[in-house]
Amino acid sequence: MVNNQSNTNNPRLDYEYRRRKNAEGMRIQVATFTLMIFFTVISFAAVAAGFSKWFVIPVILLLAVIQVGFQLYYFMHMGEKGHEAPSMFMWSGIGVAFLTILAFVTIIWW
Amino acid sequence: MSTIAQKRGFASTIWDYLTTVDHKKIAILYLIAGGFFFLLGGIEAMLIRIQLAVPNNDFVSAGFYNELLTMHGTTMIFLAAMPLLLGFMNAIMPLQIGARDVAFPFINALGFWLFFFGGVFLNLSWFLGGAPDAGWTSYASLSLASEGHGIDFYALGLQISGFGTLMGGINFLVTIINMRAPGMTYMRMPLFTWTTFVASALILFAFPPLTASIFMLTFDRMFGANFFNVAAGGNTIIWEHFFWIFGHPEVYILILPAFGIFSEIFATFSRKRLFGYSSMVFATVLIGFLGFMVWAHHMFTVGLGPVANAIFAVATMAIAVPTGIKIFNWLLTIWGGSIKFTVPMIYAVAFIPSFVMGGVTGVMQAAAPADYQYHDSYFIVAHFHYVIVGGVVLALLAGTHFYWPKMFGTMLSEKIGKFTFFFFFVGFHLTFFVQHFLGLMGMPRRVWTFLPGQGLDTGNLVSSVGAAFMAIGVVSLLVNIVITTMKNERVGNDPWGDGRTLEWALPSPAPFYNFKQLPLVRGLDAYWLEKMEGKDTLTPAEPIGDIHMPNPSFVPVVISFGLFVAAFGAMYQVDDKPWAIPVLIIGLAITFGAMLYRSIKDDHGFHIHKEDLMEDDDDNKGVKA
Ligand code: HEM
Ligand SMILES: [Cu+2]
Repeated sequence: MVNNQSNTNNPRLDYEYRRRKNAEGMRIQVATFTLMIFFTVISFAAVAAGFSKWFVIPVILLLAVIQVGFQLYYFMHMGEKGHEAPSMFMWSGIGVAFLTILAFVTIIWW
Repeated sequence: MSTIAQKRGFASTIWDYLTTVDHKKIAILYLIAGGFFFLLGGIEAMLIRIQLAVPNNDFVSAGFYNELLTMHGTTMIFLAAMPLLLGFMNAIMPLQIGARDVAFPFINALGFWLFFFGGVFLNLSWFLGGAPDAGWTSYASLSLASEGHGIDFYALGLQISGFGTLMGGINFLVTIINMRAPGMTYMRMPLFTWTTFVASALILFAFPPLTASIFMLTFDRMFGANFFNVAAGGNTIIWEHFFWIFGHPEVYILILPAFGIFSEIFATFSRKRLFGYSSMVFATVLIGFLGFMVWAHHMFTVGLGPVANAIFAVATMAIAVPTGIKIFNWLLTIWGGSIKFTVPMIYAVAFIPSFVMGGVTGVMQAAAPADYQYHDSYFIVAHFHYVIVGGVVLALLAGTHFYWPKMFGTMLSEKIGKFTFFFFFVGFHLTFFVQHFLGLMGMPRRVWTFLPGQGLDTGNLVSSVGAAFMAIGVVSLLVNIVITTMKNERVGNDPWGDGRTLEWALPSPAPFYNFKQLPLVRGLDAYWLEKMEGKDTLTPAEPIGDIHMPNPSFVPVVISFGLFVAAFGAMYQVDDKPWAIPVLIIGLAITFGAMLYRSIKDDHGFHIHKEDLMEDDDDNKGVKA
């Protein structure tokens, strides 16, 4: 992959750097994974506890949005170098879709 | 594979074009097919204007008038203007960024053939029981009530050609992001490339809503769904929203590349760097963003409520700001330039006041309360023809003259070009200027005829005379093309003498691999920079080496043809024809079979060898890049 190409002729140096970077990446992945499981548990618990739906639905939606962010940025590495264009287009797409839904919800269905 | 052109027979030329994946040949295909549909739409327009030339006319029947009107709009937008622009993008953009082809040559060909078969399918409706008749906007209540298969042709035809356009857009995006020559940073891209980029992004985001809404329409009409059927709990307004969420960005998909073509022409023939390049880029991107936040200005009279109307009115007026930035930048590009009034430049200069008039009526309509008066009247017809004909079509004509040498290696006659311009331009203003007043006097749009003695007679007659002028202009362009092709006087790399961007450093037409060596781009207007240093070639960024090229393929035609067949099946199963479902299945089988074939068969393309390239060099001394 383009991202893993070395820009030096010293294989040793490159190896050290990648090792450190991978280790750090792994730590973050495990942390986010734990968080995501935790979020899922919260969601189920919130439903099971029988709170008002005006509380439960926004909370679940919020947690879902955060999970999507985790997925994109930590598991799919969207924040890394070389991913600027795709991430810009994804955000634009999300923006357009959000605007559409917002308009539909506010001026058609309500 | 030799790089030396061979004399070919007619049949092998046809086969060559059927299987080509070369962006320059696909551009020519787009130009031919788009040009054909443009003539078709033009004939429909002439019939409309004949019918409306005098009051109480019965030249065509009311039902046929509705079909003409619908097909005129649909054809012109989807099958003429957009494909012609895609043609220019294909022809020029890869050359402008110093690429050897687009990112996905196969997808490029597939995009063209989908558009082509979709367009043919739509137009076959004329022969198979009547064309669509609910307007190009095909509002759901009306289109669900329309009898016969007209609307089915609309839905299926546009669905197929829409897939093609979407593929084209994605392809251009990837090409511009990934395939720029060394040194071609984003802020060194020529403006036509920038506008292609933003228009492609708009295609990417605007076509899915269209696809979704046409999908629902298809299911409502052909498979018993009730998305828009109010009686069954559906909502007919949803179609309008979806259509305009697509439809407004669509008009910017059309106008932005037109802006790009004019920007190139202004800079070239004023022999000056484009004034305010970075603000031009900024304005282009801003128009792209705002284009998605204004769709409801087409629906002010639907009853969205004052808050929604106010929000969309303000957003709409905001678009006039970046558009104004562009106008002033063009004026300041001309200002103090050493101007050469070639035919493209004449078009460009004429475009400014024409388009501004359309912009001004746009802002008038953006005032929601005032729009209650204008809406669905001839005022709207005047507005959008001022922006589309005065903007997009003038750009297409200008671009045809400007880029003809780069695409075909010959120069269109300037003399006939001026004749074309005169008739088209005068005809355009004659036709559409009076329509503002017809609208204000109360003439509704989309009417079959009108009564005498209501003050509408003279205006409509003037309008029809203008249409005849435009027709003379278009015919003279065809004559020009025929004469130029017969004469076949070849021209060199930079026939206008003032080319600024990379494409003018290449032979006309460019060799099929475009660049022997990828160029090193050292600034905006890369070729101009080299010329200012006394060179007439580009600085190469790499040594001469083997070039990898894709193989031609017939598969895109087969994939598109399969959908074309399937569409007939989907449409006629409504009538309980026993053969319909089998045809639907066979069509889909052809498409997916061809896709499967493409997936499992390895095609590694071929290489042009270094030695052949060197040899090529000796043939045409001094022309290299
Ligand atoms: C300053 C920029 C513009 C503004 C403020 C503007 C505003 C508007 C508004 C408010 C309408 C709806 C009027 C109604 O139906 O009551 C409209 C219609 C329309 N505009 Fe524009 N517009 C602008 C530029 C353009 C451009 C650049 C194009 C195309 C290249 C365009 C194409 C159209 C079309 C096709 C319609 C009519 C669609 C239909 O109902 O069939 N406009 N415009
Ligand atoms: Cu609009």
